[in-house]
Amino acid sequence: MSAQKFRTCPATGLKIYSSAETLIQINAVTAIVFLLVGGLTAIGLLLTRWQAVHLLDDVLFYRALTLHGIAMLVAWIVFFEMAILYFASAVLLNCRLATPFIGWLQYILMLVGAGLTAVMIILGQADVMFTSYVPLQAAHWYYLGIILFAVGAILGCCVFFGTIGLAKHEKTYEGSMPLVTYGAMCAAIIAILTLATGALTFIPTWLWAAGLIPMMDAELYRLMFWGFGHSTQQINVCAMVACWYLLGTLTVGAVPVNEKVSRAAFALYVLFILIASEHHVLVDPGLSAAHKTWNTGYFMHLAVLASMIHAYSCPAATEVALRKKGYTKGLFEWLKKAPWGDPGFSSLWISMFGFGWIGGITGVIYGTEQLNIIVHNTLRIPGHFHATVVVGTTLAFMGITWYVLPLIFRREVIFPGLARIQPYLFGVSMCVFSVAMIMAGVSGVSRRSWDMNGMDGPFQVDFGPMTDLFLAIMGVAGILAILGGALYVLLAVGTLLIGKKIEG
Amino acid sequence: MSIQAIKPGWWQKPLDGQEKIWLSIAFVWCLAITIIMPWWHVVGDHNMSGEYHKITGGDFSMLTDQFIEKYQVGMDEGIPVVVPPANSDIFLRGAQWEWDPVLKLKAGSTYRLHLSSIDVNHGVSIQPVNMNFQAVPGYDSILTITPTTKGEYRIICNEFCGAGHHAMIGKLIVE
Repeated sequence: MSAQKFRTCPATGLKIYSSAETLIQINAVTAIVFLLVGGLTAIGLLLTRWQAVHLLDDVLFYRALTLHGIAMLVAWIVFFEMAILYFASAVLLNCRLATPFIGWLQYILMLVGAGLTAVMIILGQADVMFTSYVPLQAAHWYYLGIILFAVGAILGCCVFFGTIGLAKHEKTYEGSMPLVTYGAMCAAIIAILTLATGALTFIPTWLWAAGLIPMMDAELYRLMFWGFGHSTQQINVCAMVACWYLLGTLTVGAVPVNEKVSRAAFALYVLFILIASEHHVLVDPGLSAAHKTWNTGYFMHLAVLASMIHAYSCPAATEVALRKKGYTKGLFEWLKKAPWGDPGFSSLWISMFGFGWIGGITGVIYGTEQLNIIVHNTLRIPGHFHATVVVGTTLAFMGITWYVLPLIFRREVIFPGLARIQPYLFGVSMCVFSVAMIMAGVSGVSRRSWDMNGMDGPFQVDFGPMTDLFLAIMGVAGILAILGGALYVLLAVGTLLIGKKIEG
Repeated sequence: MSIQAIKPGWWQKPLDGQEKIWLSIAFVWCLAITIIMPWWHVVGDHNMSGEYHKITGGDFSMLTDQFIEKYQVGMDEGIPVVVPPANSDIFLRGAQWEWDPVLKLKAGSTYRLHLSSIDVNHGVSIQPVNMNFQAVPGYDSILTITPTTKGEYRIICNEFCGAGHHAMIGKLIVE
């Protein structure tokens, strides 16, 4: 087994084994394909919610919305995270990948699962939205697809842990593992725990849809689903923060200010956010106020503390690195002279800004018991998570791509000038999109609705011209963001196909 | 470097002064918001009462029908309009894709609003005051409400409940 093929990266000196390299490549490419699917559905959704345009009919709108959630939040992000896990273990630890055949099984199961789920949605057998709250029912194949996908992802985490064990056993590194690997490990721990919760939720639901067992209690499902659904977002947070540290190092050579603090913060994510998922059911019956307050207060805010710590450590690390380069004049010379033309660096900063200042702050506010009453299921919610998952996680992953392409795919990025503007086009317009969506939600416009005015209903609703204005801003910014996303897909795929090969 | 293994001893490295200040601010802030939420639950006026019990869709439907029969005063767009007395139990039934009945309440009076769904999950979004609650099948969620502002309100379903979701709009009147 130890005779696996490897090459040595001329830029970093890291040993890259071909088994890990192929799996990183194939997972990353599949992720981008699903990003494209999600982006296509986004066009229809955006131009329908922009009430003045109202493009799709109702059936198509709900179908596209279900597919958008699955393609983006599940497929794109998790496939990319598998690539990150293999990168953070095998490549960063200078080690061969443990049990590459299980890595392939991970890929095949996830592909079949995501494909099955997507096909069921497209066929109209699963118009149940991303959350699939029972008693709404999809064809049982839909749930099976999600279960297969989750099993695949668990296998990917196992390969990751196996590789860490192997690296330790074969002494391919000395001392403690790198911070990025540590962050990825926290993500993998959360992943295994949440995916297990997901299995507990979806396996009974699948059997129910197949007609074998009675339905799970509707409120229990909601609680269980969010034990899986929101905690999986913490995998994304962990992976994203690991990417922030990685980008800091790749772009300006940043060194973590204090490893102890950064690592402790990652551990806080693992310990606390997992259980703090009751902020989704704050206005539901079924749980006492004390239960909800304890869960969303104490448990959630300790995880918020972790984000607050990273909010200091990540920018501070880049500041220290830039000051070491000699940009020491005044308070902000380092910021002015920072490499803003490097798409990795601009992605990092826009990602940190959007995640923290828009997504994080709104998230903490919406998770309070009383304020949730004016927030629950309005457009404020998707406004919040487009700031966290799209500006935050997605942009961080996009930023990493500009380094993965030369390092792992050994291709020079085509049209570097366009790559330079991509983070600004995508990130800034996505920030505007999120804020406009939140503002439309402030006036009470509900999420997941084809027609906010209720034209087909017994009574009509008028939200006023201000809401129309915010929806129009959301529409325009959304189109710019979709262009930014399309630019990313074009540049990434173009580089793979026609980018100049790098020898070594 | 965050991508390189680090030598032992990193746990002993002391915190930087600025880092200490930031950590303290962050910790105090998290503590503050953790305390404010339960504190507001005690002193604030806008809280879920947290009262509920389990009920079958059939039973809830029966209770709603009895309630409508007792207090109905007319019809509005095919939906019964009811005028319940103050301090009474009132019912709002969610079903694909209709809210009924239309409730006519008195400003300043207090009611116990029973909320449930007889099929799938529905969202209760009262506009334009923008207050949102969840109607879950199998659960009777009881809210103690005192309407303060006169006017006509809409009850919009804001949880996806199937093909006719966007047409599920009810009415609430406060006089």
